[in-house]
Amino acid sequence: MIEVKELLVILISSSIISNVVLSQFLGLCPFLGVSKKVNTAAGMGMALVFVITLSSAVAGVIYKFILVPNEIEYLQTIVFILVIAALVQFVEMFLKKFMKSLYEALGVYLPLITTNCAVLGVALTNVQKEYGILTGIVNGFATALGFTISIIILAGLREKMAYNDVPESFQGMPIVLLTAGLMAIAFCGFSGLL
Amino acid sequence: MNKVTERLYNGLIKENPTFVLMLGMCPTLAVTTSAINGLGMGLTTAVVLTLSNVIISLLRNIIPDKVRIPAFIVIIASFVTMMQMLLQAYLPFLYDALGIYIPLIVVNCIILGRAESYASKNPVLPSMFDGIGMGLGFSFALTCIGAVRELLGAGDLFGFHVLPTVDNPWLINGAEVAFYTPASIFVLAPGAFFVLACLTALQNRIKRNGEKKSRDMSKIQSGCSHDCLSCGESGCEHRFYDEKGADAPVGKVQGKEER
Repeated sequence: MIEVKELLVILISSSIISNVVLSQFLGLCPFLGVSKKVNTAAGMGMALVFVITLSSAVAGVIYKFILVPNEIEYLQTIVFILVIAALVQFVEMFLKKFMKSLYEALGVYLPLITTNCAVLGVALTNVQKEYGILTGIVNGFATALGFTISIIILAGLREKMAYNDVPESFQGMPIVLLTAGLMAIAFCGFSGLL
Repeated sequence: MNKVTERLYNGLIKENPTFVLMLGMCPTLAVTTSAINGLGMGLTTAVVLTLSNVIISLLRNIIPDKVRIPAFIVIIASFVTMMQMLLQAYLPFLYDALGIYIPLIVVNCIILGRAESYASKNPVLPSMFDGIGMGLGFSFALTCIGAVRELLGAGDLFGFHVLPTVDNPWLINGAEVAFYTPASIFVLAPGAFFVLACLTALQNRIKRNGEKKSRDMSKIQSGCSHDCLSCGESGCEHRFYDEKGADAPVGKVQGKEER
């Protein structure tokens, strides 16, 4: 039996301590690209929570029941990327048909997620750390939660920063990267938590 | 032959994937803790890029237009898997150092970007050299960033002790000299952001100075000029980030980013 305590440890360490963006550098493109406003950042975060949780479940099941019994684990990269691409398409169609309001909230962000390396990264990490299916799902959820936390904080900072007097050369991407660096320092402080 | 050198020059300098196009940021920040890691990642990516460019260029008339992206991804993923196995067998230290970022080469936007915007439209030989050029450009950039971080963060370069630190002091006339204190933050995660921030700021400055002298600097861009309408990068997904969404016509007014 998997203990609740173990799952809690994974939840905290994946979402805060080894934050997916700020310490593992996965999913940087949307982190820098969609963080101009808090609303859009939250939308992207929610879409990612949804897709990563689902994809880590599906990838976990496929790995355990198809790849391992047939001894073709080395195909994991190819299989996972195809599963994720297909899953995103499928989720989009499903939401469009049955959950109109959720589709309208997530709509624009869903297709972007296929190319988000965090999704593939989580699926591969689950295999690498030999997590079971339930543990994998918790890890996926926690990772996406960590992404959402950091992108919302960055978006909030950027909204305020729009009124600041930034040196000419640092306007645009450089100041955002500097802010992200300072946030990474802050998140380093959590490393003594567990 | 002229085409070949033009492609190499294009990849290495004119359209350097990291410094000019700002593609593939995740591996750029993640694995550049030392120069040797950066070089390893760059060369691995270069091999995958070259091989996938060749195959995609060979198959460019066979792959139907509608399923080209999944087809490209399968080709790229196969080569990445091969490279992963080769590294595990012959360079285990690099395999351990790069870890999860080797399979993640699949989602590196440089590779899909070149497949989509160059290899699927051009003959085999130029595509191959386009891959080599772009790959070398990427390796060069990663090695530079890695070298800066390693030098500032540990006082080393390619694993050799360069600057005198407390652990590895210089001996001058029998006296120990150790004037450099390593700023280990540059090896940690925040350092990656800081080095890249300074680099893009430098790029902005060069671009601005160039514009003052009215040179054509449109190729040098910080991130993206958001000028999607006149942008040749069809592999770019940035246009979807436009806040008006997919229904509005993409692209803002000539390189003017809203502030």
